[in-house]
Amino acid sequence: MKLPDLTELAVRNLRESFLRNSLTTVGISVGVASLVAMLSLGIGLQQLASRRLMKSGLFDTVVVTSRRDLRNFNREEERNGPAPGESRILDEPTRQEIERLPNVVEAYPDIRFITELRYEDKPHLTTIAALPASAKSTDAFETMQGHFFSSDMAPEAILQKAFAEELLGKAPKPGLDETNVKELAAPLIGKELTMRYAQREAAQASTGDQSLSGAAYSVVSREQKLKIVGVADLDPESIRGPTRARVFLPLKLAESLHVMQPTDLREISRTASDQPVYSSVSVRVKNPSQTQTIENTIRKMGFNTFSILDASKSIQQFFKVLDVFLGIFGSLALAVAFIGIVNTLVMAILERRREIGIMKAIGASDGDIKKLFFAEAGAMGILGGMVGVALGWAIGQVINLGTNVYLKSQSFPPEHFWSVPWWLVAFALVFSFFVSLAAGLYPAGRAARLDPVQALRYE
Amino acid sequence: MDPTAIHAEKVCRHYRMGDTLIRAVDGVTLTVRAGEFVALLGSSGSGKSSVLNLIAGLDRPTSGSVVVNERDLSQLSREDLAHYRLHTVGMVFQSFNLIGSMTLAENVELPMRFAEVDRSKRGDLAREALERVGLQARMNHRPSELSGGEQQRAALARALINRPQLLLADEPTGNLDSHTGTEIMNLLREFNRQLGMTVVMVTHERTLAERYAQRLIFLADGKLVGDESISAMALSASEDGQLR
Repeated sequence: MKLPDLTELAVRNLRESFLRNSLTTVGISVGVASLVAMLSLGIGLQQLASRRLMKSGLFDTVVVTSRRDLRNFNREEERNGPAPGESRILDEPTRQEIERLPNVVEAYPDIRFITELRYEDKPHLTTIAALPASAKSTDAFETMQGHFFSSDMAPEAILQKAFAEELLGKAPKPGLDETNVKELAAPLIGKELTMRYAQREAAQASTGDQSLSGAAYSVVSREQKLKIVGVADLDPESIRGPTRARVFLPLKLAESLHVMQPTDLREISRTASDQPVYSSVSVRVKNPSQTQTIENTIRKMGFNTFSILDASKSIQQFFKVLDVFLGIFGSLALAVAFIGIVNTLVMAILERRREIGIMKAIGASDGDIKKLFFAEAGAMGILGGMVGVALGWAIGQVINLGTNVYLKSQSFPPEHFWSVPWWLVAFALVFSFFVSLAAGLYPAGRAARLDPVQALRYE
Repeated sequence: MDPTAIHAEKVCRHYRMGDTLIRAVDGVTLTVRAGEFVALLGSSGSGKSSVLNLIAGLDRPTSGSVVVNERDLSQLSREDLAHYRLHTVGMVFQSFNLIGSMTLAENVELPMRFAEVDRSKRGDLAREALERVGLQARMNHRPSELSGGEQQRAALARALINRPQLLLADEPTGNLDSHTGTEIMNLLREFNRQLGMTVVMVTHERTLAERYAQRLIFLADGKLVGDESISAMALSASEDGQLR
């Protein structure tokens, strides 16, 4: 029998026992829907996590340090690359060189220093760090009160909430940190801080020795007024920075201040330019997949690098395992649907015994009968698959909506953690079709083997 | 002499039911020539329907052979046997056996679907066949909306649709009153004479058989117990009698 005829007869037979076949199809739909729902939850969570991690800068950041910085020197690094003394200096030209590498978005120096800030004539000592403009998009600032720096040179500061507490004279509570950032920010935003710092000022060479000219500089005490523009809930540098800073300045402003850095002292014994030398440079990569390549390139340039790529790999693996488990749970409902199809078709054989006998008597082959039952199972599978995908998608939308309403009520930003990619739709349809065909295997075989004489005798 | 259409040689069909062996057909040897109209007669349980099922290729003999058009049915594969039923044999039954969910046209079209006849040709062929049995006005009705006679006529149209050489009828008038029964029998005779089809009919009504068949074969307990030819004269006399 040809396919159009087969389809026509199958659809006609399905319509004949409409209620039973509809219920079976609904069973398949529920199975497919649960599979789609589970898998899209898995995929959605994975995407949410990688989106979050991406924003955190975990996987697209390579921290570059000079091999001359012996503080972190270990045996592995001892073997790879030139000896520390012969290694390159991490200075401004090097930073620019790294920034010009393909797939590098930006490379900015880590500027941090410990200094004194005066607020309402009271001194406070803290670590200050510089933030590049790109830091604005990290998740640390999603819940920030106030606003990000108005420009990269603005004399403005963002406070970490612990420091804000200190300025207001509030003792940080032990245990769970539940300070309301809004309350902290209200009295502080717009107020002025005075920062005292040590500026490194290039001095004219007095010895006459030209080779040492760059190494001479003087240290001058300076003051800089800063306007508080924001109070951050999270630590914007929780991942990128090795030490915790509590006050943040715009990067260009921090650079222009020429604050005396610990590395300046370390390099003082060497011939050096009056250009600043950085203790470390953070390199942002376009795509986490390129992190490894960039790391290797920078290592070849003679620097030490660090990234959290390996952690990313194990997280990916975790989600793969999660997907498998969610898929298995989703498939359970489809397994029940599978039994439903078998049951329906076996019932159909009993009910249509005589009809099968008639078809055989007028010339239908075993193959024709088998194909007819397969077509019925397949049709239920395709139909159930389509309804199921729609249902799964709808369930996802409802859960997404519900969760976001909840998140909003808890004053969290909305999240999109439900994702139905097109390949999942295709997979669900194909899977449901083949599961249905497999369910049709036994009934179709049984119908085909039916003895026509017996079947015709059946009333 | 016409060539042999059916030859059954010592054909047996035994069933086992619990411990007892039922000999439904027990060593029947018979030959039917092409174009013959044969009636198989016997009481209930005599094995006449079983013989018909063996000729129809719906069943296989336990032993012996059934040769139709020089092909031994017992040697055919299931697939070939289905092909044989589709193209060589047309069958009508006492209970009509139309498919209730299909219209008459669809019922008649069904064997053509199995034979993979072009969709475009099928409609016309089905209409023609239904016209032949006088049911053109009922094409789109379902069997349940028709009388018994009409249903049997539709079943005949379906049996003829793939132009078989052999028409097998199992008690075709058993569920009909005598008037409609006569109508059906006249159609059978028409197909036998005009289309040259070999007709084998199972019945237990001897008078009906004598009136239409050229030859009566009697079965009892699965064995052949009589074989009578009706003379052409007697047959035409019965026709006259019927026409009056």
